[in-house]
Amino acid sequence: MESTKLRDAAWVVLAGIVLMFVAPLVLNYYTLTLLVIYGLLALSLGLIWGFGGILCFGQAVFYGLGAYAYAVSAANIGESTMPMLIAIAVPFVFAFLLGAMMFYGRLTDVYLGVITLVVTLIFFRFMNTTAGPEYQIGTARLGGYNGMPGYQTLNVPGDPSAYIYDSSLYYVCFVILLVVYVLVRLLLASPFGRIAVAIRENESRVELMGYDARFRKSVLFAIGGGIAGLAGALYASWAEIVTPGLFSLGQSAEIIIWCIVGGLGTLVGPVLGAAALGYLKFALGQQTAVDNVLIMGLILVVVVLVLPRGVVPSLMSAFGSSSRRNRPNAVRRGRRGRGRADG
Amino acid sequence: MDLAAVFILEILYSIAVLVLISAGLAVVFGMMRVINLAHGEFMMMGGYATIVAVQAGVNVYIAMLIVAPLVVGIIGLIVERLVIRFLYGRLVDTMLATWGLSLAFTGAAVMIFGNTTTGVSTPIAGFTLGAYQINGYNFFIIIVSILLLVAAYAILRGTRLGLVARGTMQSADMAAALGYSPDRVYMSTFFVGSALAGLAGGVLAPLVGLVPTWGSAYIAKAFITVISGGASIVLGLLSSATVFGLVSQTFTFLSGPVIGEVALLVAAIILLRLLPQGITGRFFKGRL
Repeated sequence: MESTKLRDAAWVVLAGIVLMFVAPLVLNYYTLTLLVIYGLLALSLGLIWGFGGILCFGQAVFYGLGAYAYAVSAANIGESTMPMLIAIAVPFVFAFLLGAMMFYGRLTDVYLGVITLVVTLIFFRFMNTTAGPEYQIGTARLGGYNGMPGYQTLNVPGDPSAYIYDSSLYYVCFVILLVVYVLVRLLLASPFGRIAVAIRENESRVELMGYDARFRKSVLFAIGGGIAGLAGALYASWAEIVTPGLFSLGQSAEIIIWCIVGGLGTLVGPVLGAAALGYLKFALGQQTAVDNVLIMGLILVVVVLVLPRGVVPSLMSAFGSSSRRNRPNAVRRGRRGRGRADG
Repeated sequence: MDLAAVFILEILYSIAVLVLISAGLAVVFGMMRVINLAHGEFMMMGGYATIVAVQAGVNVYIAMLIVAPLVVGIIGLIVERLVIRFLYGRLVDTMLATWGLSLAFTGAAVMIFGNTTTGVSTPIAGFTLGAYQINGYNFFIIIVSILLLVAAYAILRGTRLGLVARGTMQSADMAAALGYSPDRVYMSTFFVGSALAGLAGGVLAPLVGLVPTWGSAYIAKAFITVISGGASIVLGLLSSATVFGLVSQTFTFLSGPVIGEVALLVAAIILLRLLPQGITGRFFKGRL
């Protein structure tokens, strides 16, 4: 069964490569790059929520942390290879500590939601107040609500004057997305990934078999944080400015909407959901008749009511091929009514 | 001496605000185990209902104490019939659906009222205490919150209505067997919760410049207060609002409002880590 999954993954990568060359015929590189970055961000939540069963309301924290870590270190170092690694490491470590704090405290669903939400708010509030000159890391000023521009963007490793931008940034981002997809697939096929899914299905049973679910969940959470941080760093390189808006609740909401619409329990679903909704938002931004937040909200409500499994899994089972292997509903069904336990 | 009085008043005021903004959410979560993330937007709509009513010539007290709760209650009723009732028992799904609703309401408000600030002036004048200026309206908010808590306790504890409601929440099947329709109880509970959110929005509207995104400033605080309070509605609300009000006001006093806000959030994380069942999950167990 695992081998068929990996064979599916090979097809996905192949389709992805074709898409990578076809998409620029339809859209400009600038917009496409952002959609690919969104896809990577959605993949990070799709991994920890869809396969780990951890609903994180604050995935934007790791995204923003990655972006700021990149911006600060790039401004100080003056090239982009080291900052990229730092931008993955900082959210990874932070996510691990946050995750360990929560999972070793045996917190589940709502409480997990509250804490991740609160952490998002703390970062958002704090970053907005860092306008003063006292908030300076090395030569980089955090800039508060104005954001932080003027750092080195992505360059060819070893040659800080060879910037990667526009079309080449697009291809780099797309290749990174495909590589991360493959790595995540391999992770899920490994014993670690399979036990992570088992923890999602029944945590106490896995614990009784002798696995330390708390540690494994923390590690999975940290991996998701690291991927989100990578997306943040690419975003920082694309936008050439980082602002506290990266930590906003609206950003977190969007990531969750992408995953829900695309489909939990798959990896392709969230990526496609992110790209599709990101494009929709871009298209809606071109007109003023209907507010785009209104549309996003309605989409989320309708999908939760009508297609609780998301678009991709529903399509898959409609075509009959993979319905037994993908049971995303198990994630949320398993949580059904658990909130009562503390009543 | 004056300073101490002002400080105590400020603490009471911030506790009262927390009680006010969380009451609707506490009723809905405590009774139905539904987290309504559109709660902040319900408040926002209450605020707009008040302002529109005042501009149409309605007395400001009638507008905030009667019109706002009624309007928002009815909106809540519609939301419950169209969305929430399909999701009972699916905690995470209700959170996501109501989050979607909150975005939709914000968007709708932007389309109707525009991204501009509107407001009404406070109906009560300020006065001075020694060297300090005190906002008279703060007293009004404190009194409304106290009345709210007393009324909630009295209704839940003393009336048949409260008994039926509590019974349905404990065991819906049993209540149904005794002839009470759980569906109708859930519906009216959600109406009450929404109306309370509308009341909060209406009462707070004169204090702020109202914008469509106003609600999102409160949802997190309300959410934290309710979850940290735990299972009991009245006592949980009171105890967590007291803790958070004390913490945030003390830190605001010492080093400014932003630090006060952050201190509240950090206190919430610590509290939830130590008492994951909320304050009343550990102390005052089984009380209202």
